[in-house]
Amino acid sequence: MQKRSIRRAQINVLLEKLLSLHQVIYAPQKLGNQVDFAPLRDLQDLTLDHIQTVRSAKAALFPPVEELLRYQRAGVETELQDRDLTNLAEQVLFGTRPCDAAAIAPLSAVFTTDDQDAIFARRLERTTVISVSCERSDGDCFCTSVGVGPGDSRGSDLLLTRLQDDEYLAEILTAKGEALLQLAPELFGPEPAESKEAHLAKVQKRFDWEALHDKLAGAFDHPFWLRTALACLGCGACAYVCPVCSCFDIQDEGSQKKGRRLRSWDSCGLALFTLHASGHNPRSIQSQRWRQRMMHKFSYMPDQLQQLGCVGCGRCSRACPADMNLIEQVENFLFA
Amino acid sequence: MEALQKSAREALENHKAKVIIGYSEGSGGRMRPIFVQSPAEAEKLTWNDRCTQNLAVYIAKPEVQKLGKPALVAPLPVLRAVLQLASENQIKEGDLLVLALSDGRVTELSQFSEMEEFVAKTPTHLASKDQEAIERLEKMTPQERWQYWQSELTRCFKCYACRAACPMCYCSRCTVECNQPQWIPVPAHPLGNWEWHLMRAMHLAGRCVSCGACGDACPLDIPIHLLTMKVEADIHREFGSQAGMKVQSEHALSSFKVQDKENFII
Repeated sequence: MQKRSIRRAQINVLLEKLLSLHQVIYAPQKLGNQVDFAPLRDLQDLTLDHIQTVRSAKAALFPPVEELLRYQRAGVETELQDRDLTNLAEQVLFGTRPCDAAAIAPLSAVFTTDDQDAIFARRLERTTVISVSCERSDGDCFCTSVGVGPGDSRGSDLLLTRLQDDEYLAEILTAKGEALLQLAPELFGPEPAESKEAHLAKVQKRFDWEALHDKLAGAFDHPFWLRTALACLGCGACAYVCPVCSCFDIQDEGSQKKGRRLRSWDSCGLALFTLHASGHNPRSIQSQRWRQRMMHKFSYMPDQLQQLGCVGCGRCSRACPADMNLIEQVENFLFA
Repeated sequence: MEALQKSAREALENHKAKVIIGYSEGSGGRMRPIFVQSPAEAEKLTWNDRCTQNLAVYIAKPEVQKLGKPALVAPLPVLRAVLQLASENQIKEGDLLVLALSDGRVTELSQFSEMEEFVAKTPTHLASKDQEAIERLEKMTPQERWQYWQSELTRCFKCYACRAACPMCYCSRCTVECNQPQWIPVPAHPLGNWEWHLMRAMHLAGRCVSCGACGDACPLDIPIHLLTMKVEADIHREFGSQAGMKVQSEHALSSFKVQDKENFII
C-alpha cells in the first residue's frame, strides 16, 4: 500500500480520463431530493457532501435484473446460449463509502463460495472501487458496531479521505489502485504529513455483534420476534437498499419456443418468498420473515460464510416505511 | 396530544379495545406505528404532520388481529380507509373502534354511520403539493407525460413498499404473485414496472382514499401516489362516487347502469 495526496480538482480530471476510456462510472448524484448511485454522465452531477446514498452500489455488481441465458427450441432439442461475458464493461464505483466497499466481501462470498457465479465473478474482476471516507455520520450509521469503520479500506482499490478543504489522502491499496495511479501519475502529489484519523466521522459503537450472534443461536422461538415485527409491513425496501442482501428469483420470459432466463432481486420480507407449490408457507407470518432477515445477517452468514451479512450502513433504517430501526431492534433484542 | 392519550387510555381501561394502533416518535425524525396494549403506554401516542402512514393497513395483519379488537388513531385518510374496507366487506361493524382526529379534537367512533357522518363533515381535498403535481401532469402533452412516467417508473426496483403501505392492497395473493399464468412480469425491468404500477392504479380506481401512503413509503421517492390520486379524482368527476365516504357505496368500476355512457366504446 502506498499513500499519496490528490486535490479535488484532480479527482475530476481522473474521472474524466476514466470516462474517456469508456469506463462506466457509478457515482453519487443528486436525483430529486435524494442522493443515489447512478452512471455518471456529467461531472457536474457528482456529489460528495452527502452522508449516505439511498441505494448501495450493489446494483453495479448484482443488478436488479439480468439475463442469465437464452433458450431456443430446435426440433426436439433445446439450445441454450450462455450469456456472453466478453462485452461486460470495465466499471468504476466512485464515492462508495467504506461500508459499501466492505460489503463486497460478503456479497462475493455468497456468489463465489462452492460454485463460482461466472457473471458476478467477471463483473467484479472488471470493477475498480474508489471509496471516499466518511467525514460525517447520522444516527442510522452503525458501521463500528459490525467491525467496519468510517475510514476502513477493505474492499476499496483506492481510498480517498479529505484532509483539508480540497486536499485528499489517497491510499492506493491494490493492483487496480496502482493502475489508477499509473493512468495519471501527474495528478497525485506526495504523501501528506497528516494522518486521516482526525478527519473521520465519529461513529459510536452501539452493540456488540458477537454477543448478538451468540444470542441469536438460541433465539429461534423467542417471543421477541412476534412483538417486535408488529409494525413490519412486509415489503422488500430494506433488502433492496442493503449492500449485502443477495437473494434472487429466477424467471423465464418468452414462449415455449424461445426466450430468456432472468435473475431478479427477491426479498425474504415478501410473503411469496418461501411459498411452496403445495400452498404451504413455512414462514407464514411477517415476524418469521423478520426473524429470517436478522438470523441470516447475524447468525447464518457468519456461521456458513465467515462473513457478517451487515456492514452498518443504516440504509434499511432510513428506507423503512414503518421505521423498523435496525440498531434499536438489535439493542432491544440483546436486552430481551 | 393529551386528549388523544386520554381517549386511548380510557378505551383500554374500559375494555372497548385491546390495542390502540397509533403513531409515536420514531428514530431520526421519522414517525413509527405503535401498538399500545396497556394504559400506561398511551403516553407514547402522538400526532403531527409527519404521521403519513395509513394505519388501517394493519387491520388485515394476522399478528395484529391476534392482539384483539383494535382502536385506530385516525386522521381522515385512515377513517376513509376503514369505511372503504367496510364497503368491500373486509371488516364488520364492531370489529374496531376509531379515535378520529380533527382540529386537535379526538372523537371516539364505533358505528360506521358515525364514521360516515364524521367524514361527510370533513373536507377531503388533496394536499396542495399533490394537487399541484397532478395539475402539472395534466398540462403535459401525452408525450411529455409518457417521458415523465417512463423516467420515474424505470427507477422502481419492485420492493412493493407501495403495496405494503396501502390499506386497500389487502389481497392475500396479489396479481403479481400469480404465476399460472404469469400476468405481470416479475423482474423490475421497464415493462415489468409499467405493468405492475398500471395494474395497481387500475385496481385502485374508485377505491383509493388518496392518503398518499404509497408514495411516502417509496424508498426511491417515486411519486406513485399521483397515479392513483389522479384516477380517483377522475372517477369522482365522471361517476360522482368517492372512495371511503360511505359503507354502502357503489363501486364505479364494478357496478353497471343502463344509462352509463358508452361513447368510449369504439
